[in-house]
Amino acid sequence: MTEQGGNRSGTQVTGAQSLIMSLESAGAENIFGIPGGAILPAYDPLYDSKIRHILVRHEQGAGHAAQGYAAATGKVGVCMATSGPGATNLVTPIADAYMDSVPMVAVTGQVPAAAIGTDAFQEADIRGITMPITKHNFLVTDPAEIPRTVAEAFYLASTGRPGPVLVDVAKSALTAMTDFVWPSEINLPGYRPVTRPHAKQIREATKLILESRRPVLYVGGGVIRARASKELRVLAEMTGMPVVTTLMARGAFPDSHPQHLGMPGMHGTVAAVAGLQKSDLIISLGARFDDRVTGNLDSFAPGARVIHADIDPAEIGKNRFVDVPIVGDCREVLADLVVSLQSEQDAGNTGDFEGWVKFLAGVKERYPLGYDTPAEGLAPQYVIQRLGAISGPESIYCAGVGQHQMWATHYVGFENPNTWINSGGLGTMGFAVPAAMGAKVGCPDTTVWAIDGDGCFQMTNQELATCTIEGIPIKVAIINNESLGMVRQWQTLFYESRYSNTDLHTGPARRIPDFVKLADAYGAVGLSCDNAADVDATIKKAMEIDDVPVVVDFRVHRDAMVWPMVAAGTSNDDIKFARDLAPEFDEDDL
Amino acid sequence: MSIHTLSVLVENKPGVLARIAGLFSRRGFNIDSLAVGPTEHPDISRMTIVVNVEEIALEQVTKQLNKLIEVIKIVELDGREAIERELLLVKVKADVETRSQVLDVVQLFKARVVDVATDAITLEVTGNSAKLADFLRVLEPFGIRELVQSGLVAIGRGPRSISERTLRPVPVPVPNAKVIA
Repeated sequence: MTEQGGNRSGTQVTGAQSLIMSLESAGAENIFGIPGGAILPAYDPLYDSKIRHILVRHEQGAGHAAQGYAAATGKVGVCMATSGPGATNLVTPIADAYMDSVPMVAVTGQVPAAAIGTDAFQEADIRGITMPITKHNFLVTDPAEIPRTVAEAFYLASTGRPGPVLVDVAKSALTAMTDFVWPSEINLPGYRPVTRPHAKQIREATKLILESRRPVLYVGGGVIRARASKELRVLAEMTGMPVVTTLMARGAFPDSHPQHLGMPGMHGTVAAVAGLQKSDLIISLGARFDDRVTGNLDSFAPGARVIHADIDPAEIGKNRFVDVPIVGDCREVLADLVVSLQSEQDAGNTGDFEGWVKFLAGVKERYPLGYDTPAEGLAPQYVIQRLGAISGPESIYCAGVGQHQMWATHYVGFENPNTWINSGGLGTMGFAVPAAMGAKVGCPDTTVWAIDGDGCFQMTNQELATCTIEGIPIKVAIINNESLGMVRQWQTLFYESRYSNTDLHTGPARRIPDFVKLADAYGAVGLSCDNAADVDATIKKAMEIDDVPVVVDFRVHRDAMVWPMVAAGTSNDDIKFARDLAPEFDEDDL
Repeated sequence: MSIHTLSVLVENKPGVLARIAGLFSRRGFNIDSLAVGPTEHPDISRMTIVVNVEEIALEQVTKQLNKLIEVIKIVELDGREAIERELLLVKVKADVETRSQVLDVVQLFKARVVDVATDAITLEVTGNSAKLADFLRVLEPFGIRELVQSGLVAIGRGPRSISERTLRPVPVPVPNAKVIA
């Protein structure tokens, strides 16, 4: 079908052929999915298509893989499933993509139009279900609407604030005959994303920056999605302003850069938390003042004025009062700010941030990230630190959710954008393995690690079968502390060490499952490591295997905790850098 | 909290009402009333939504509504600059003794009798919320058997139309495996 190339308009085809031709025309190269009754007609033309279909083992895996692919490449990720349970299994990845602004198109089959509403076999109102968790969604019952709908879906997913778009296609539309006409234009009168920032707002922002004494660049995932890292670096270096990068923005600014204070928030570094908390001007770039960053909102950065730049106007002023709102694409905002500040600098107007920079350098030096090496057993932080050092900053690191995610964000050492892929907003356990699979499909020449917990890994490890069979050699580092570690940490701190339902029995006593044997069963290579002396050799061994997936069971000390920490709902002023230890700030330095 | 009237132009497509109602409930905003109907343009419907929210929440409501792809335009109508109307149908007890008194009220409020039975009378009245509330207060002593009320609809005063300039479509080039931004 694809070989017929040139003559693509006005051809009489089935709706199913039209759907596949539309996906090809929209630029889809890979689809992660599973066939089933209602979507079955589409799988027949897909068999001959130039699009690579990757048969996953669970639709959730398809969705997260599409996310990983999109996050790694910047292209739209595509997943496909059948009606009913196939579609509802996509709900978690769709919600995840919505929270983290991942460009994704989900195509689902629906029961035939005449059966819609009759509680037919495998019928679920997936359009209704996904309304609050998609940027937009469609139900197509007329085959003539397929090309335009697919074109709109890709356009909506990838422009403005990116997000997931669902296209639900009735089986009757797939089997009917139709004309395939790829539209030359699309018409969405209610959708006009603003990407160019307003010049007046840029002037106002410039003025506030030059007036401030304690500014901080609060960098969010929008800078990653806008591919604005270079512009960010120019702005930071020309002004000397300190930078914090949120969980979604790790890699947007090099961790090794002296102006980088690290990640702010509940498990942020002391310097990054203090940098926001004691600032007099927050320049928010594609960030959204999430509760995990601000802590108690009323006591967050009480002395700071706010410049808030975001492509989504609804984020501006949602949680925090804003002095200068800027609606626009982060790259354009940063570029305009650079030009504006440069012309001020040429006129001799530069900001005076010397005392502030010195103060924060002192905080950073006094309260660096750190952990205790246990007398017995393996420190999880050490494993991740070595992994980052040996695999290097060009590798892509995916993570699940929990302690291992926080250690990964702190200890890998990120130097490049789009090398850190995790579930930030929704906090979806089980994200890492399928996301790594998707990232590896998008970047086959890059080493892709899934840093996962023993709890997370057990939620989606079935995709190892997909990886082995499809030739997607990802590497998985299980940070195995035999428990739902982050929940256990909260039980230690807030529930008198009553470990209700957090022991996973993946430790030496029972080892259920045995991750090495499990890897073997999936045709992957299984390795294990339980002491610091073997960590480097184990990682190097995993790095040498490049034809099949590798799973390394790092059997770590189970009582390690994530620090620093701001307890949920409390003020960022109450940050602890270790249990019961609060930093002291010499305010006179300010 | 204060009352705000929003006129929302939306694409006339299935599911738009569900999207808007869902957005209000998900974000925890209360709708006082909602009226939907066709406009002078066949592809566009107009919703009049009355909300009771703080000023800051109103900004969020408007911004979140604007994010819906099928929402084309939102205008807040100020009561002083707009005509606001609701429709009320009410069935009042009225027998031979009380019927003439009820008909006096009908005249005073410029209402209309739309149905008569031996012991009840059905009335139709239009007006703003205050007039309708007054009308019901006066009818109350006779005995209200059933009432049904429409949502508020509103239109700005003067010659201009809120749908001017919004109907001209701006075609967007179709993407082709475009890398975002």
